[in-house]
Amino acid sequence: MDLVYKKRKEPNNGDLAVEASGLVKTFGHFKAVDGVDLNVRAGTIYGVLGPNGAGKTTTIRMLATLLRADAGSARIFGHDVVKESQIVRQLIGVTGQYASVDESLSATENLIIFSRLLGLGRAEARRKAGELLEEFGLTEAAKRPLKNFSGGMRRRLDLAASLIAQPPLLFLDEPTTGLDPRTRAQMWDTIRRLVKTGSTVLLTTQYLEEADQLADRIAVIDHGRVVAEGTLDELKASVGTSSLQLKVTREEDFVIARRTVEQVLGIQLMVSHDAGKITAPLVNVDRVTDVLNALREAGVHLAEMSVQKPTLDEVFLTITGHGVTEDSAVASTETKKAEVAGV
Amino acid sequence: MSTTSMKSGAARELKNHTSLGQTIRNSLTMAYRGLLKIRRTPEQLFDVTLQPIIFTLMFTYIFGGAISGDVASYLPVIIPGILVQTVITTSIVTGVQLREDMDKGVFDRFKSLPIARIAPLAGALLADTVRYTIATALTFTMGYIMGYRPEGGLEHVALAGILVIVCAWAISWIFAFFGVIARTASSVQGISMLVLFPLTFLSNAFVPVDTMPKWLQWFVDINPVSHLVTAVRDLANAGTVGWDLGISLIGAAVIVAIFAPITVRAYMRRT
Repeated sequence: MDLVYKKRKEPNNGDLAVEASGLVKTFGHFKAVDGVDLNVRAGTIYGVLGPNGAGKTTTIRMLATLLRADAGSARIFGHDVVKESQIVRQLIGVTGQYASVDESLSATENLIIFSRLLGLGRAEARRKAGELLEEFGLTEAAKRPLKNFSGGMRRRLDLAASLIAQPPLLFLDEPTTGLDPRTRAQMWDTIRRLVKTGSTVLLTTQYLEEADQLADRIAVIDHGRVVAEGTLDELKASVGTSSLQLKVTREEDFVIARRTVEQVLGIQLMVSHDAGKITAPLVNVDRVTDVLNALREAGVHLAEMSVQKPTLDEVFLTITGHGVTEDSAVASTETKKAEVAGV
Repeated sequence: MSTTSMKSGAARELKNHTSLGQTIRNSLTMAYRGLLKIRRTPEQLFDVTLQPIIFTLMFTYIFGGAISGDVASYLPVIIPGILVQTVITTSIVTGVQLREDMDKGVFDRFKSLPIARIAPLAGALLADTVRYTIATALTFTMGYIMGYRPEGGLEHVALAGILVIVCAWAISWIFAFFGVIARTASSVQGISMLVLFPLTFLSNAFVPVDTMPKWLQWFVDINPVSHLVTAVRDLANAGTVGWDLGISLIGAAVIVAIFAPITVRAYMRRT
């Protein structure tokens, strides 16, 4: 499998699965996509993150030959999406925001039809359908019409259908929208497994957590434009540094603790609203050790301590500027904690 | 994913065009999909089963006495007429269902697959010939029950049936075109009816042409539906093949030649 993919990728100069520049799409007077540039390296998961109506789906549709761009150009593994659309279609799989499978047919029938369309023989198509159904845990429901399928089963079937030809590039448009947390986690696992076999995945999402969990690189898109692009850490770092949060065991230690932190880090702390809680911005996370040593020497006992990175939520809100101030970004509670052992 | 394997994967050649063979295979697969859908939702066939029965009964007993003196002698006139009218009306459904189908997500997948662009359309149209066949068989059966004994014999009746099915298939491209360009399924129905009513009623399907005013006779004579009806009457009632059959087939070919390309182009542009 791995070999197969490598073989196919090599002839395409460089290792870019997607190269888009200056994509524009206007519907009437509404500029849905307004000059989007994207570069996706082969073998990675690339997340396109943005709120509803930001132009994510339109961008994907243009890359997947479903929609013609008004301006700009895009290449998939070096093949132009307009001039070589039929070649591009042989290299991609698309899973739409709304399940792109046939409602009135059964799961098996759907997969057999798509397999046949992709050139598989009758027996081969049947075998392939069986394999995929088993892999996606749909064997039991294989004969039932999709009308009786749950949202999660439908998405899984949808993804299975996109994998029949084992395309080296997969477009997943909001693959987990409307799924419950457990099904969402299953979907994430499936996507991760896919990339291990050599596929490239370009997914859109409005869930920050999803991009956080899956994507190697992220483009934040808003009002049809890419407003930020980079790895998760780069994006987070662009918003702010980490912050140190401390809570003392005894109220009376608070003043000493605060003075100690201020001395070690050489900064002036703002008074926190929470009693006994200290929040200090960190330029260099390594300085935490110095702070902790100084606190021990001063005889201050800590109830709690954590170093937090800004969350993607904060990144997103800061970049797009949708009604969020710097203050609330720091105060955000939904965080990934970098626990430090031995406190 | 690592458990699946596909031999052709590495050897897959990338071509930017689809061959004729692939186009035909894709269309047949899409037709198979259409048939599966009909089998899964048999209620779709209500119109093609009820319309021949109701229309044949209604028109024969209402007009029979007035036009031909009695029902028995009207049957050879009306059965071919009602057959053509019913089957062509059935072909409207093709356009309506195509519109409904295209609004569903599955059409996005068809568009993103490396298949012949015409296949989803051709397949849908091909599958609908099943509907025309049902309508044709039922109309002749109703006629037979009411006492229609076509003198051309069974084989000529079958030929007449095939002729009507072929022509209806050609005409369904017109409605497929409306289906592709229209915004909603109900507007497809509306436009199609507007085209269809003059075509089927301003013909020789129900009444002798010489009872009509001169200017109308002119239209009826050039109306392709009249030629189709005449061709069916010749075949079923006398077992003869006339010039009308040729005109009908040429007309069908012209319709396909015009509407198939513009429909496919409109289909590809619309997303």
